[in-house]
Amino acid sequence: MIRQQTIAGWGNYKPQPCRVTRPHTLEALGRAVACADARTVIARGLGRSYGDAAINPPGHTVETTALNRMRAFDESTGVLCADAGVSLGEVVAHLLPRGWFLPTTPGTRFVTLGGAVAADVHGKNHHRDGSFGKAVKRVELLLADGRVVNASRTENAELFRATLGGMGLAGMITAVELQLRRTETAYCDVTYRRASGLARALELMEQTNADYRHSVAWIDCLARGAALGRCVLMLGNDAAVDDLPEHHRHRPLQPPRRRSKNVPFDFPPCVLGPTTVRAFNKLYYARHGDARKVVDFDTFFYPLDSIGHWNRIYGKRGFIQYQALLPPDQAHDGLVELLEAIGEAQLGSFLAVLKKSGESGEGLMSYMFPGYTLALDLPNTGAPLERLVDKLDHILLNRNGRLYLAKDATTRPDTLAAMYPNLDRLRQVKATYDPNHRFVSAQARRLGIVEDA
Amino acid sequence: MSENVLVLGATSGIGQPVCHKLAARGCALVLAGRRENELQRMADDLKVRYQAAASVATFDAMALDTHKAFIDSAIAQADHQLDGVLLCQGYLPDQQEAQADFAEAKRTIDVNYTSAVSLLEPVAAHMAERRAGWIAVIGSVAGDRGRMSNYLYGSAKAGLSAYLQGLRNRLAHAGVHVLTIKPGPVDTPMTEGVVDTNKPTVATAEQVAADIDKAIRKRKNVLYTPWFWRPIMAVIRTIPEFVFKKMKM
Repeated sequence: MIRQQTIAGWGNYKPQPCRVTRPHTLEALGRAVACADARTVIARGLGRSYGDAAINPPGHTVETTALNRMRAFDESTGVLCADAGVSLGEVVAHLLPRGWFLPTTPGTRFVTLGGAVAADVHGKNHHRDGSFGKAVKRVELLLADGRVVNASRTENAELFRATLGGMGLAGMITAVELQLRRTETAYCDVTYRRASGLARALELMEQTNADYRHSVAWIDCLARGAALGRCVLMLGNDAAVDDLPEHHRHRPLQPPRRRSKNVPFDFPPCVLGPTTVRAFNKLYYARHGDARKVVDFDTFFYPLDSIGHWNRIYGKRGFIQYQALLPPDQAHDGLVELLEAIGEAQLGSFLAVLKKSGESGEGLMSYMFPGYTLALDLPNTGAPLERLVDKLDHILLNRNGRLYLAKDATTRPDTLAAMYPNLDRLRQVKATYDPNHRFVSAQARRLGIVEDA
Repeated sequence: MSENVLVLGATSGIGQPVCHKLAARGCALVLAGRRENELQRMADDLKVRYQAAASVATFDAMALDTHKAFIDSAIAQADHQLDGVLLCQGYLPDQQEAQADFAEAKRTIDVNYTSAVSLLEPVAAHMAERRAGWIAVIGSVAGDRGRMSNYLYGSAKAGLSAYLQGLRNRLAHAGVHVLTIKPGPVDTPMTEGVVDTNKPTVATAEQVAADIDKAIRKRKNVLYTPWFWRPIMAVIRTIPEFVFKKMKM
């Protein structure tokens, strides 16, 4: 069953009419990928990549969310094998009460395992534990010729490297074998530290990161002058049972559920103007003094998941999320340039996030390398936004920085090629496994990752 | 105490989420259906998610004369103690096609009605003998009144509904409970492309499954799900036939 639907990424930036299928069985998935009327296909999980990575306007977009079986779980080793359409939230819901948590998690649990592998996602513990792919032991892929193959560090290793961070372009991920990690509780022991400016923030991160598994800073990107880059650092470690308040100790792995709210419709543009955002950010900074408290995983890792459709606050035209990664020696000056450019453009962004990154990912197109990464939302204002992102891209290129494909919605082919030195390797692997370019997304087309498709 | 439950048509759109509910509260499941591979995938999934006991059994709803033997083997698979049976298989034809092609009409009647009789009679005998158990069957609001747009499916579900009334009456004397489930339109693979899932009256399979699980536990007789179908169908049933026949429904 193919339905015609206008879809976009999570940023709702430039939605496009697509032909979408949602197979319920592996056989149906096989038929969807081999489907003769679709010259091309791309997998789409829960649609949380921000840009056009999971849409394929001229071809078919294949939703994987109905293929969400957990296949096997070893309670003694914590190795889970599950369909690619299983979400991180499902893994957490069923296995956290048994003492197992994700090796790392992005800021939402509404991400499929397949999506997490395809973008080689990272979380607040990147400086210590690396990105998602590091815990992936094996993937199962449906290839363009209909074969189902395994790929790991020892079997089809090149295909494995092309799959981690490869945005689903080498083959469709059908299953993931993942090493979970043990946890004693579902809580973090969090320390908040304020930093009055960027230099102080970077210094604090350098000093504290070795002592904390999780580290992230909420940065007020409208602060100017001496306050440029002022932020609140959130530093956390997994809490032990003894760290919990008395009344939570009897159920350390099952914190009380939070009520979720919903954004019922697209907000009008005035709601998130520069004035409201500036006021909010000031308040946020003022409210968080240096403090320490125990917070449950949901609150710590998924603060926005309790608000359904939060992307609607940016209105009908949507937004992009800009994520920049800079090497350590360029971090301070590069961040100053980025923050100044954003401040000058007067494009209100909610809180932005700054994080120190750890080791490079293993995938050919893995995003992370050691340095600092800044992520922020930019509402779609049309031409002013386009001018701003051009400027930001330019700063990044000069500073040997890099953009994140799971977020990108706007950059150009030459910019991408300069940022990802293994792009040609990816093209070669793709030529081996998908010579006729069956797997293509709007993003791959826009960035020329796949030529003539 | 863990119950042994046989789910017929387990991979159906409503069957699956009900199985999750049953597995979550500790039922040991025998998942029955046509596609062994998909059933096994589902059993593995329930084992991982809920640490539930789940095994599979294959049957074809259209192969009516195999049903007695199939139920006997399924009862054996459930350690000769079947505490519950949930029947979910259904077939929604294109009404026009079923009018024109009797094979399609027969398929509709057999999957929705005849197979329920051939499968549930041996189940009823087993439970009556044990003087315990429950049978829950997915009918439809479409069975409450025949309508031009859907009367072949509707008539099979109406037959099913009357059959279950009689079965409930019979088994009540043996301490066995029978639940008739009447969902409105639900967003499932069966209705994909037939019902418009954006309509507010179209329920999700998860909503319906939660209602079904609750109705099984509370030993309800007839469940309309979502609840508002009960008053709606009460009104539709009272429209006099001389008026109804002129309507286009």
